[in-house]
Amino acid sequence: MTEQLDTGVVAQQIKEHDVLDAPAGGSEVGRARRRKEDARLVTGRTQWTDNIQLPGMLHVAFLRSPMAHARITRVDTSAARTRRGVVAVFSGQDFAGEQGSLPCAWPVTPDTVIPEHPPMAVTTVRYVGEAVACVVAVDRYAAADALEAIEIDYEPLEPVLDMTEALAEGSPKVHEAGNESFTWNFAGGDIDAAFHEAPVVIERTYVQQRLIPSAMEPRAVVAQTDGDHYTLHSSTQIPHVLRVMLALTTGIPEHKLRVIAPDVGGGFGSKLQVTAEEVLSLLITRRLGKPVKWTESRSEGNLTVHHGRDQLQRIRLAADANGRIRGVQVKLLADMGAYLMLVTPGVPLLGAFMFNGIYKMDAYDFTCTGVFTNKMPTDAYRGAGRPEATYAIERVMDELAAEIGVDPMEIRRRNWIQHSEFPYTTICGLTYDSGNYEAATDRALALFGYDKLRAEQSDRRERQDPVQLGIGISTYTEMCGLAPSRVLGSLSYGAGGWEHADVRVLPTGKVEVVTGTSPHGQGHETAWSQIVADSLGVPFEDVAVLHGDTATSHKGMDTYGSRSLAVGGIAVVRACDKVKEKARQVAAHLMEASPDDVEFSEGRFRVRGTGTSQTIQEIALATFAAHNLPDGFEPRLDASATFDPENFSFPHGTHLCAVEVDTETGATAIRSYVAVDDVGNVVNPLIVEGQVHGGIAQGIAQALFEEAVYDSDGNLLTTTMADYLLPSAADLPNFTTDRTETPATSNPLGVKGVGEAGTIASTPAVVNAIVDALRPHGVHDVRMPCTPERVWRTLRTEGGEPA
Amino acid sequence: MIPASFDYFRPSTIEEAVDVLAGAGEEAKVLAGGHSLLPLLRLRLAYPTALVDVGRVAGLRGVSDRGDHVLIGATTTHDEVVRSPIVREHCPLVALATATVADPAVRHRGTFGGSLAHADPAGDLPAVALALDMVLEVRSPAGERAIPAAGFFLDYLESALAPGEILTGVRVPKLGPGWGFHYEKFHRTAQAWATVGVAAAVRQSNGTVEEVRVGLTNMGSTPVRATAVEEAARGVEAGQNGGLRRAAEQAAEGTDPPADLHAQPDYRMHLARVLTHRALLSASAHRSPAT
Amino acid sequence: MARISVEVDGIAYEDDVEPRLLLVHYLRDRLGKTGTPIGCDTTNCGACTVLLDGTSVKSCSVLAVQADGCDVTTIEGVSSDGEWHPVQKAFHEEHALQCGYCTPGMILASIDLLKDDPDPSEEAVRQGLEGNLCRCTGYCNIVRAVRRAAQEMRVTTP
Repeated sequence: MTEQLDTGVVAQQIKEHDVLDAPAGGSEVGRARRRKEDARLVTGRTQWTDNIQLPGMLHVAFLRSPMAHARITRVDTSAARTRRGVVAVFSGQDFAGEQGSLPCAWPVTPDTVIPEHPPMAVTTVRYVGEAVACVVAVDRYAAADALEAIEIDYEPLEPVLDMTEALAEGSPKVHEAGNESFTWNFAGGDIDAAFHEAPVVIERTYVQQRLIPSAMEPRAVVAQTDGDHYTLHSSTQIPHVLRVMLALTTGIPEHKLRVIAPDVGGGFGSKLQVTAEEVLSLLITRRLGKPVKWTESRSEGNLTVHHGRDQLQRIRLAADANGRIRGVQVKLLADMGAYLMLVTPGVPLLGAFMFNGIYKMDAYDFTCTGVFTNKMPTDAYRGAGRPEATYAIERVMDELAAEIGVDPMEIRRRNWIQHSEFPYTTICGLTYDSGNYEAATDRALALFGYDKLRAEQSDRRERQDPVQLGIGISTYTEMCGLAPSRVLGSLSYGAGGWEHADVRVLPTGKVEVVTGTSPHGQGHETAWSQIVADSLGVPFEDVAVLHGDTATSHKGMDTYGSRSLAVGGIAVVRACDKVKEKARQVAAHLMEASPDDVEFSEGRFRVRGTGTSQTIQEIALATFAAHNLPDGFEPRLDASATFDPENFSFPHGTHLCAVEVDTETGATAIRSYVAVDDVGNVVNPLIVEGQVHGGIAQGIAQALFEEAVYDSDGNLLTTTMADYLLPSAADLPNFTTDRTETPATSNPLGVKGVGEAGTIASTPAVVNAIVDALRPHGVHDVRMPCTPERVWRTLRTEGGEPA
Repeated sequence: MIPASFDYFRPSTIEEAVDVLAGAGEEAKVLAGGHSLLPLLRLRLAYPTALVDVGRVAGLRGVSDRGDHVLIGATTTHDEVVRSPIVREHCPLVALATATVADPAVRHRGTFGGSLAHADPAGDLPAVALALDMVLEVRSPAGERAIPAAGFFLDYLESALAPGEILTGVRVPKLGPGWGFHYEKFHRTAQAWATVGVAAAVRQSNGTVEEVRVGLTNMGSTPVRATAVEEAARGVEAGQNGGLRRAAEQAAEGTDPPADLHAQPDYRMHLARVLTHRALLSASAHRSPAT
Repeated sequence: MARISVEVDGIAYEDDVEPRLLLVHYLRDRLGKTGTPIGCDTTNCGACTVLLDGTSVKSCSVLAVQADGCDVTTIEGVSSDGEWHPVQKAFHEEHALQCGYCTPGMILASIDLLKDDPDPSEEAVRQGLEGNLCRCTGYCNIVRAVRRAAQEMRVTTP
């Protein structure tokens, strides 16, 4: 399989640039540069938040509710206060006057119910894991010990854990206002007409199980103050958003609050949050005047890092007899958990425009109800709404193919937007600017050996082999590059979707780029350096990228939603353009030419038609000296740009998966996996490939392994990595990846974004394969994760005992 | 997470260890590799007042050939067991099963004795101990005694070790020529505990199964010896189309498998039957040369 | 308190520690060797993997007192004379890390694996790293990196 990986565009590009110290020359963009970030990461010279030690620093540990729903009737912290090393003990009551409410920035409807969300519960707890008290002690061991001495009495209230039950009459209420947070509807075309006398109607219900994002680095917070200013280090994806939100929540003025995201060990959306622990750490440091640190344990994190997915999807599809889609109707229940966090209600909306996938249709109707239950709140997790939507449509396309009796790839071809039809405005009103589904699909089919695998499949069926073979297809697209601010505004989101960059040219011609994106594994230091190197004609090594500190990078919207390159990267390009324009003025002045006669390429300004030239480094030094600048010219080449995209970007691709299913045990094994993605132009193929690999793995994990399970009392049963199963290297196959390149037309780099693509694509590819293997047994769905037991039970209930 | 406080003792001889344990109170625990115990302590699911670290007690570590049996010292690590030429030659089933325990780093620390003393029915080695009729040697202030595996596993995480007793070594009887072995482990991910595991030994002669041993992992509150299978398999024809499938049908007989996140009892019973058949087939196919 | 002496990355330390102090906390909080991170409570993730007397262990499940008299190698000690270990180099070359949090453990587990098997198959690498979880890479490039390092190490130390 490894050999197979060495085929294709990706491998070729990597090979071409396989020499680390290859001399500069030609374009940096498109080159498989090894990452600048790696040096500290492979040698352990990292700056994770938990690494930070400050003089006099105290450690915080939180006591968490063991009850899913209860009234707090008594809190006694006196014994805990007397424990060794304890400096302070606080309960919710102690913070009641100042802690405010954790923010929700996305009230999706005017009447969305947004309950008060105290960072530390004061009177009522609504999920297991909610913070109810905390200890501040001299070290983490003392803090952990004293937690056990805090006494809290609870009066149990009946919890509700299931969305359907929560909406039923007489259900226990998570909040006084009831269990429905909102209902949001969106429609295009005449859905009744589409379903009226439709020859084919497919109706399915899919369960998007609850997932625990499981970034490898547990969250950590360090808060400190000099009595006036505050600094918060946090393992966060969103230092900028966090600063604004913390200022609003705690009342600490924004200009006196600095937020730093140091090295951050993965996020996948889970660190796109304003957390109780961040707010409370600030409040504690304000109270005590001492620096404090809180680091979560994995089992604490499984309980209290926001969860992902958790939707009940009812999807109906009407089609003509030949399989042409007339309309799609979606009714969604989305589990909010006990509260609305930063973008909780918006997550299903990000999927609302994606249930049509890459297909043309006459009508579309989408309704989502957000439901409160006594569980950890949900929020963004890799793909956020789009994997859920893609799953439903890609699963249903297979059902349609089975109903009509044609190959599932053929049904897709009959319905997808043809390459010649771009740009294409979908039934949801989005304009897909570019795409070439035919090219990606043809390449994937060739790499996969589709026909040969189909032949093997029918052979196994004929032989009644206990191990059956299934082939799964996922032809996905996604909307990413979040996001045009106007669109976000129209969806009631509380902020914009622009991104910012500053480019500073230092006297020696070296360049500092300050980006508003906040990478935590994505390699922006490398990719942005490549962009700047090309744009300014400076060596890749001469560029430094600064990020993740509101003191150096004051303005940004951070990293999520596959936005960093398609929005943040463009801001860098725009800032570079401004730098070049300034430098041209200086160059023209120095070379005594008109700026219009000065051209720039490969780092050098030339007077057209003469041999006179100046390098950008020379211009930088001259600007620094400022001895001889044009009249009125400010002695700086530095420039800023804030880019607000006009459209989303729409990566797409074709993923094919072959799965062997052991019908005796229900065990599944991925035999091969091919992904051909089109993420537009590529800045660094190595990074792109890595993002695809990781995304595929996470999507496979949803299909096969992962589920957050609560018992009927609301206790999370999957609190450790021994219970919540993450795949290791031994549990995953190699992936064969390749790309087609259809540039985005909506931005000057032609890029689309790649962070979420793999995850969005792979889940339905795997489940489609499993169902495909078992379809002759009467199976038309297996609920995720497709555990061996579920596969076995499905076979027994729907397919009878296998032969 | 962080363990609660405890006292710590590190005796260097078994006599000293026994004395220290006796004096350390009822809530004292023996620490070997710590890979079963330390996670429990970190999650604060156990609060021993003292740990008696037998990791450096002389004479408890290593494998020796004792004629009719192999003696595996209690603190021999899984890794050492897997690499031991004596184990590989005379009790390959032990090597096969031990190689599936957790992951390489855990096998570097986790010990053979610790895994048995922990008496976790989901552990891979207790079922092997039953199938091979191992004998566990223990020491206490009262002296030494030997406990047959059949009488060692009393309940979930509960063994026949009395307070004050320390497991010192395990006798693994050599089965002699003509046997083949297999450990069939079914789990959801490489790291996950066995949903069900089957330790199988098969002795055959001229295509006929003469004797089988089957131990089952995670099919009850203790490891289970599948005696019904053993009886039903005796005398059947070996091979894919012989009587092993039928014998394996008895695998769930008398079991009371747990319900947990990964499987319900009826599925575990089904798995036991399917996997036992597979284990028996593999064991008969991998027959060791008549050594 | 118990007195321990440990050699970590070539430096000898003597300290009084609480018996319950985890080796990883000793390394991070006492010695300031923060190159070794912690990812879980249950020995599953392997982020905290170090070499104890030359073999890989998960330092979150070893007490500091158990390491008394031992030699510990962390990610901070695998380079020699400023030259990266071939596994470090290969992880960089093959883009075998993204966020990098699992990387120290992955690298140390890989070094241990290669000590045993200087020419591992893809399957052997996957099995050998089953105790180290990565959430970013999907493992493909980690497997490539380990095999690339193996190749390089075979060339340099025949």
